[in-house]
Parts: sequence; structure tokens; C-alpha cells
Amino acid sequence: MAFLGPDEWQAVALSLKVACLAVAASLPFGLGVALLLARGRFPGRHLLNGIVHLPLILPPVVTGYVLLLGLGRRGPIGGFLESAFGIVLAFRWTGAALAAAIMAFPLMVRAMRLAIESVDPGLEEAAATLGASRLRVFFTVTLPLILPGVIAGAILAFAKAMGEFGATITFVSNIPGETRTVPSAIYAFLQVPGGEASALRLVVVSVVVAMAALVVSEVMARRVTARVAGR
Amino acid sequence: MSLSVAIRHSFAGFALDVGFAAPAGVTVLFGHSGSGKSTVVKAVAGLLRPDAGRISVNGRVLLDTASRVSVPVHRRGLGYVFQDGRLFPHMTVQGNLTYARRATGDRFDSVVDILGLGRLLDRRPGALSGGEAQRVAIGRALLSDPAMLLMDEPLAALDAPRKAEILPFLDRLCSESGVPILYVTHAVAEVARLANHIVLLENGRVLRSGPAAQLLADPALVPHMGVRDAGALLNARVVAHHPDGLTELAGPGGPLFLPGVSRAPGDRIRVRILAQDVILTRTRPKGLSALNILEGTIRTMHHGDGPGVVVQLAVDDEHLLARITRRSAETLELATGQTCFAVLKSVAVSQVDIAEPAPNP
Repeated sequence: MAFLGPDEWQAVALSLKVACLAVAASLPFGLGVALLLARGRFPGRHLLNGIVHLPLILPPVVTGYVLLLGLGRRGPIGGFLESAFGIVLAFRWTGAALAAAIMAFPLMVRAMRLAIESVDPGLEEAAATLGASRLRVFFTVTLPLILPGVIAGAILAFAKAMGEFGATITFVSNIPGETRTVPSAIYAFLQVPGGEASALRLVVVSVVVAMAALVVSEVMARRVTARVAGR
Repeated sequence: MSLSVAIRHSFAGFALDVGFAAPAGVTVLFGHSGSGKSTVVKAVAGLLRPDAGRISVNGRVLLDTASRVSVPVHRRGLGYVFQDGRLFPHMTVQGNLTYARRATGDRFDSVVDILGLGRLLDRRPGALSGGEAQRVAIGRALLSDPAMLLMDEPLAALDAPRKAEILPFLDRLCSESGVPILYVTHAVAEVARLANHIVLLENGRVLRSGPAAQLLADPALVPHMGVRDAGALLNARVVAHHPDGLTELAGPGGPLFLPGVSRAPGDRIRVRILAQDVILTRTRPKGLSALNILEGTIRTMHHGDGPGVVVQLAVDDEHLLARITRRSAETLELATGQTCFAVLKSVAVSQVDIAEPAPNP
């Protein structure tokens, strides 16, 4: 890519990798939580809702620090993961993906939840009276109707994951080639003399990705409305 | 008995305690809104779990809270037609009709034919009229090969022309499919046209349960049917279509002349005669424009709270209701056991009031 220098391209490629893993790994959980919040009637629903939205409100540094405390190599969960499975998250790109996934989770869940709430539960009842099991109802009625919403949520989460900074830099630092994603790279370029041009090119990349994600997710959200209306 | 129900359920401010058994054919759950009809159908379908009770269809127990049996909705094998259709918006009509796994083969063709769905198969639900959508919903439920068809006010969301469009399909369905039907409505016209058996609900209780002809001809139930809608059923046979547009029927007590009935001579039909369209006289009237004069015997007279009296008249072995004023009843000195004449204007009977005769299951 002629537009970007090798360092810059490395940051963009890493951000893409981190965002892809973050979205892919959190998608099933996001869908599950969105279903629980939209359809579930259980004690603690509001608590779950609050916890999901917490990363949206908390300073990202706090989220990153909590991750470091819990999942660092000396943290209770991090220590267990390393001794039992040899998995290390702190200061690795997989850790960056985890931080990005958690920060993007509220956006993903919100888009999916709105799509699920727009589906008439009566359609699911109708499918059940026709002999469909819960699983078949989900895959033949619910999922097709909310699919555009699921895609919209995934795209929003992807864009958010691409741009996550505070929690990432706190949890996995800013290691070139390992955890230096686009925002970390912009920050790093701004710290050195003559880095403004590189920073600006990455800013352009960030703006384009964010705009594209917003447009596509908006189109998908309209598709949900059209699908549910049967047009 | 194809359906037997005994359930108790309480909501905030409303208690349901209902028990009835229904024979094969069309059973209508009738009552005002809030009487608990929909709750009963939902419980039969398994969409609502009553506090206590037992439900069985064709001898198969679907719910028995005493022995902790509750068959899940998708294993009950009952078809459900919802008031609002509930077609899957992301599928075509064809996709909706074949959604149930058992919807295959020649059954598909015959259901599509009965309900006139051939031209609609490639359309999406969003492109259907209300009446078309409801026909598709009925077809979809039928194609799941149900042990019983539950219909929860399937016509309530439609305007009068759409209702008139669907009723003939329902007639055919009831007489040709052989599937027992539990039909919920608060419209007496639908009861009179479709029911073989009626379960009358009021405030969460069964007020009466019995054969349609018997309940519709019961003067005491007129207030529950609505005084303007009450009317008894007469069975008759089409004799001939006359060139002046009238159809001659052989009914109880002699010939009946009605405006053009679209049935072939020899067909048996049942006709609903509204109680308020019947005039009573003590002697056979002469020089009258009304064509239909039936001789009968007064069986019972029911006095309500208002100025009206409902008279039940036995005509041969059938019954007719007449709603007249108390003043007329006193002037004519009407009394039980008397012979009198029921006068009926031909044009008072509309096509909507004519249906297939009740089968004898």
C-alpha cells in the first residue's frame, strides 16, 4: 500500500486482525446476551444490562486496569489460564482483542437487542404451533428476521474495536507489531518529532472505517424494519 | 368427545374456571371480550399454562397438572389460526404454507384448492390483503396435519366485505376437511353459520354448552347473544330457483321463499332467522306483502328487563324465535301452547345467514 508506510501498514493490519478476532469471538456471546435481555424474564436482568453497558460509561483506563488485575500473569484468572492452558493475554495481541471486544460489547448487544425486540414474539409462537422446536424456531424465524441487525451490531463492534485505545494501552501496552493498533500508533507518532504526517494518514484510515461502518450498519438496521414488515 | 377441557387460572382481577367437552365438528367458544375465550384456546394450544386443570384432545392428554403432564406447544399437533395471521414476513406464501414438516404432497394441492391460494404462492405476506393473509394462515395451520384446528377470532380483524369473502372458504373447510375445529368468536353471525356445538362463556365461567340449534333457539340466552343478533336456525332443502330471483325452499311448516340462494336444487342448507325480523299473528294473515308464513305453537315466552318479549315457536320439529314488544304480546293475548303464525319478509334473510346444515357427528 503506497499510501501507508510499513510502520503504519503494520498498525492497520494489526488493528484489522485484532478487530476481526474481537468480533468473531464475542459475536455468539453478544447474541446470547441480546436474546436474554430482549426476551428473558429473570431476576438480575437489569444487573446484567448494567454490567454489559459498564464499559461504555467507565473510563477505558479503568476497564484496562481491571483486565490487567484479573487477567495479568499474576492476576487470579490470568495466572490460572497460563498454568492450566498456557494462555497469556497480557501484552499480547490476543489481549488487545479481548480489551477491544469488551469495549465494543455494549454497541454490539444494543444493535442486536433492538433487532430482536422488533420481532413479534407471536411469530415464534406461531412457528411452535406448527410443530417447530425452539431451536428450529430460532434458526428459521428469529435469526433470519434479525440477521441484518446482527450484522449491523457486528460492524459497529468491528469499527469500535479498530479504534479502541484506553483499555488496550493499559492492558497490553503499545508494543510495535504485537499490540500497537491504529490508535496506539497515532498516539506514538504524535510523541516523536516529524510523526504528524504518519499520524494524519492513520487518522484518515480511522475516519473512513468509522464512516463506512456507520453507513453499512444503518442500511442493515433499515433492512430489519423492511424484513419484519414482510416487504 | 374430541376435546375435553377443565381448567382453572387466575389473572390479576380475573378468575377463569372452565369445564366443557366438545364433540367432533365445529365447536364455537362464544362470549363477550374478557369472558376468557382466548385464554381457553391458548391453554389448549399450550401457549398459556393454567394454574390447574386437564386438557385432552381425541383421548390424548395434553395437560394434566395433577400428574405434572404438560406437552410442549410444538408437540401438541394442533393447528392455530391467530386473529392477526402471524405469517412469517421473510418467507413467501409457499414458504409459509410448507413451514410445518408434515406439509407435503397432495394435501398441499387440496388445501391450496379449498382456500383458493393458487395465485398467491409466490407473494410475500406484505403484499397480501387482510383476507388473503388470513386464508394463507388457515392453510398453513391445516397443512400441519393437526388433530384439531384452533381458530382465535380469525375474522375479527377483517372488514365486512373481507369476512364475506372468507366465510364460504370456512364453510368448505368445516364440511370437507373433517378436522375438528375449536372456533373463538364474539360475532353471533359466525356462530350461527359455522357452529355445531356452542360453549357460551361469561366472566370466566361456562354459562351453557350444547348443540348449536338448541342454544340459538333458547329464548333465555337471547340477552347473551345480543337482542339484535339473536336468531334460530331452520334446516331446509333447496327446491327450485324461480325466474323472479327467488329461491323456493322446503322447510319446516311449508315452503319458504328467499332471495336467490346460491345452492343447487336438492342441497340441504340451514338458515338463520333473526328474532327481530319475525312478526307474529294469531290468525293466518291475508293480503300481506311478506311471502313466508309459518304456522307454529308457542313453546316458551321469555320476559327480559326491557320492553321486549322473546317467543319461542315450535314449527314441526324445529324452533323459531320472535322478538316482539310486551305490549304486542299482551294485546294478542299470547300464551304458551297457543297456535300462531310467524311472518317473515323474504328480503330479511341475507346470504350471510345461509350455511351448510349441521353434520351429525
